[in-house]
Amino acid sequence: MAIPILKQGDTLIVSIQAAPTDQELLRLQDDLADQVGRFRSRGVIIDVSALDVMDSFASRTLRGIARTTKLRGAETIVVGIQPDVAFAMTQLGLTMQDVMTALDLEEGLQMLARIKEGTRRRRE
Amino acid sequence: MSSDIQIPIDRESDIVTARQKGRELAAEAGFAGSDLTVIATAISEVARNIVTYAVRGEIRVTRIQLSGKSGIQVVASDHGPGIPDIALALRDGYSTGKSLGLGLPGAKRLMDEFEIASKAGQGTTVTMRKWTR
Repeated sequence: MAIPILKQGDTLIVSIQAAPTDQELLRLQDDLADQVGRFRSRGVIIDVSALDVMDSFASRTLRGIARTTKLRGAETIVVGIQPDVAFAMTQLGLTMQDVMTALDLEEGLQMLARIKEGTRRRRE
Repeated sequence: MSSDIQIPIDRESDIVTARQKGRELAAEAGFAGSDLTVIATAISEVARNIVTYAVRGEIRVTRIQLSGKSGIQVVASDHGPGIPDIALALRDGYSTGKSLGLGLPGAKRLMDEFEIASKAGQGTTVTMRKWTR
């Protein structure tokens, strides 16, 4: 089953529910790359607060999504990594380097707004 | 209350089943909080290794007790190609696949005890244990 993507203005919001399979995550990567172009989105927020495990595959795929969407002109912010999940990721050796993260959806949206504001100022 | 579960691993969706069942058994064994996530993550990594490198195998999770300590043991076994150089496979960032190379060394860090037995052409058995604190 495809992971649903919600469009809110120029932002795409994805809330990953339960435990996605590898195929669902890979499809999400393709779907986001496509929709960022179709909707001319500037930001993507991926809420992972429902995830009970973030293993090396999920983490690598999220990094892949962040890089792909960036090349398509949109910033990705991963929000909602749970405390236990963050602890396990650290021990596993996953850093999520070069991926922006925020505490929750609200913080993520604020972060995106600041990034867009910065981009707009630079253009003026 | 079961004390032993076996999960056949032959497709990617079995990885999720294995870590969910492993988490349940770990909770029954007295683990709580971040330990449950840590155990589920380690199971996810060794299960993915089976799917990626050996195609099929199984994960067995058992409640264990030893001189007053209790914990769980996870055994991931397959009859795949085997790991030619275990020391290299346990090095961070080393992968013959397309992964981050964190699976085995990461799982080792997550658990208290970790052993790999492997013979070329015959398969691999990863045994890991974690004790309640």
